[in-house]
Amino acid sequence: MVHTSMDVADKTISTRGKALVKQREPYLGLLYPIEDYKAYGYVTNSKVKFVMVVDSSNTALRDNEICSMIRKLHSFCTDMVCNPFYNPGDRIQSRAFDKVVTSIMIQVC
Amino acid sequence: MSKNDGEIRFGNPAELHGTKVQIPYLTADKNSFKRMDDEDKQQEAQSPTMSPLASPPSSPPHYQRVPLSHGYSKLRSSTEQMHPAPYEARQPLVQPEGPSSGGPGAKPLRHQASLIRSFSVERELQDNNSNYPDEPWRVTEEQREYYVNQFRSLQPDPSSFISGSVAKNFFTKSKLSIPELSYIWELSDADCDGALTLPEFCAAFHLIVARKNGYPLPEGLPPTLQPEYLQAAFPKPKWDCALFESYSESMSANQQPRDLNRMEKTSVKDMADFPVPTQDGTADDKQALKNTMNEALPKDVSEDSVKLCYFPSDLPLSCCRSYSSTSIEEAMKRGEDPPTPPPRPQKTHSRASSLDLNKVFQPSAPATKSGLLPPPPALPPRPCPSQVGDRFNFCKAFYSTQIDISYSQAPSKPIRRKFRPENQSTENQEPSTAAGGPTSVATVKPHPTVQKQSSKQKKAIQTAIRKNKEANAVLARLNSELQQQLKEVHQERIALENQLEQLRPVTVL
Repeated sequence: MVHTSMDVADKTISTRGKALVKQREPYLGLLYPIEDYKAYGYVTNSKVKFVMVVDSSNTALRDNEICSMIRKLHSFCTDMVCNPFYNPGDRIQSRAFDKVVTSIMIQVC
Repeated sequence: MSKNDGEIRFGNPAELHGTKVQIPYLTADKNSFKRMDDEDKQQEAQSPTMSPLASPPSSPPHYQRVPLSHGYSKLRSSTEQMHPAPYEARQPLVQPEGPSSGGPGAKPLRHQASLIRSFSVERELQDNNSNYPDEPWRVTEEQREYYVNQFRSLQPDPSSFISGSVAKNFFTKSKLSIPELSYIWELSDADCDGALTLPEFCAAFHLIVARKNGYPLPEGLPPTLQPEYLQAAFPKPKWDCALFESYSESMSANQQPRDLNRMEKTSVKDMADFPVPTQDGTADDKQALKNTMNEALPKDVSEDSVKLCYFPSDLPLSCCRSYSSTSIEEAMKRGEDPPTPPPRPQKTHSRASSLDLNKVFQPSAPATKSGLLPPPPALPPRPCPSQVGDRFNFCKAFYSTQIDISYSQAPSKPIRRKFRPENQSTENQEPSTAAGGPTSVATVKPHPTVQKQSSKQKKAIQTAIRKNKEANAVLARLNSELQQQLKEVHQERIALENQLEQLRPVTVL
């Protein structure tokens, strides 16, 4: 499902690139819904993609809340990349980042 | 006879009779920190646990190792790195059966726990009351001085920061693992900007020293290592007055008094009461001058910091014009008019010349020879020195804002002053900093005994006014150009901020 969502995200990005050059809205919205889960996408200016998979039964989460959550995740991811001891592409082993993700998960649940 | 906590807990009969008995303790297993890599296991196994409160290391790779004052034993496990346990977790040590621990065939103690600490019961009770957990994270003066020196070796400017790559190369010399260094960076880089300021560097360095000395890294940055706490502990630099360089005309050699360097400290209130070159010396003028100086003086500058340089009373009224042969006093005694100044150059205003006001206000030789403009009229007559008396003591106020308050007979030409701090004395300044407005000038009212001016002299005054208006027009045009540039820079800044917002979105919950 995640790989399919990535393909949909790539397609959405390419479509947007042709239509609107100046408008760079990073939030891609709902990418790929199935029976049990929904996948939301977010792409940064450096072409880093975030895919957030949410349980379909969770009706409390609205689109703007998911957008703000991914923005928060992006912000902390940027802070983590600023760490010179982190090599881009490596597995993320940051306690602070883990805390942020955990707090987001608790907030969702 | 009531028993204290130590007696109840340990029930030592010798202690009840007043004899001090040292009871060794064993650290609990849950406080031991297991290493991931085998190399560090072997390396750390040979070094005893040390305190970061010791004097700072001589160099980053080789940390000075001084044992704690309480005394750790030198036994250390090869598979575990031990840390002092909380006092509640320590258990009385049971003497193992079999060979003694000092023999060659000695078995390791239970769970290979090798960190044995000896305490008397009295010391145990005293340390329970002390604030032990904060002790390792308190930076001493000696350590702070060492950290600052290390920072300066990497970055000479203490107010600047160290980039991430430089800090990474520096901190990897500590031989700590990359995950630990990464976590230390997360703790110390409070603003997450990928660089370390001086307080952040001190916090990171102290955490590394503590980790090398066997202390586990804290969950969060301790309060004593917060940048605000460390910044408050640093000595604040002395406030240095900025240097200003004047591009105005200087006095000629025969007009400069010999005791110009004689400085007198006065308060702002006294400075407002020095003789003002007005006709009647009314209180309104004094009040206006006092208000001007009070506004110009910043709040944080004490009144004693204001210095006045008193010029001798025989100085002429116009300090900015030089005469080649005779002094003004001799000319006044003879009743002669001062020689006419050379003609002004023709003003061709362009963008380059508007930025350099010296070209507008200084005479040049080619323009003099060309004779395109008629020579300016003679200066109006000056009052006699006997009438002036000692009231015309010229002073120049040197205080923190470096505003010159000069007194002359006619409004002086705008003086271009350039702000040049000590550390940037060689750098080029922006036009906006160099092009200041004209300095505040108090005009001298004509003395009643002065002879009536002729029509020619009135025309001269009108011509001078017209010239000043032209200069004002030049300044106004320059001001508008600078305002336009400022507006463009602001628009560019807003565009860059919008791009930054897109690169790093603000978290909105």
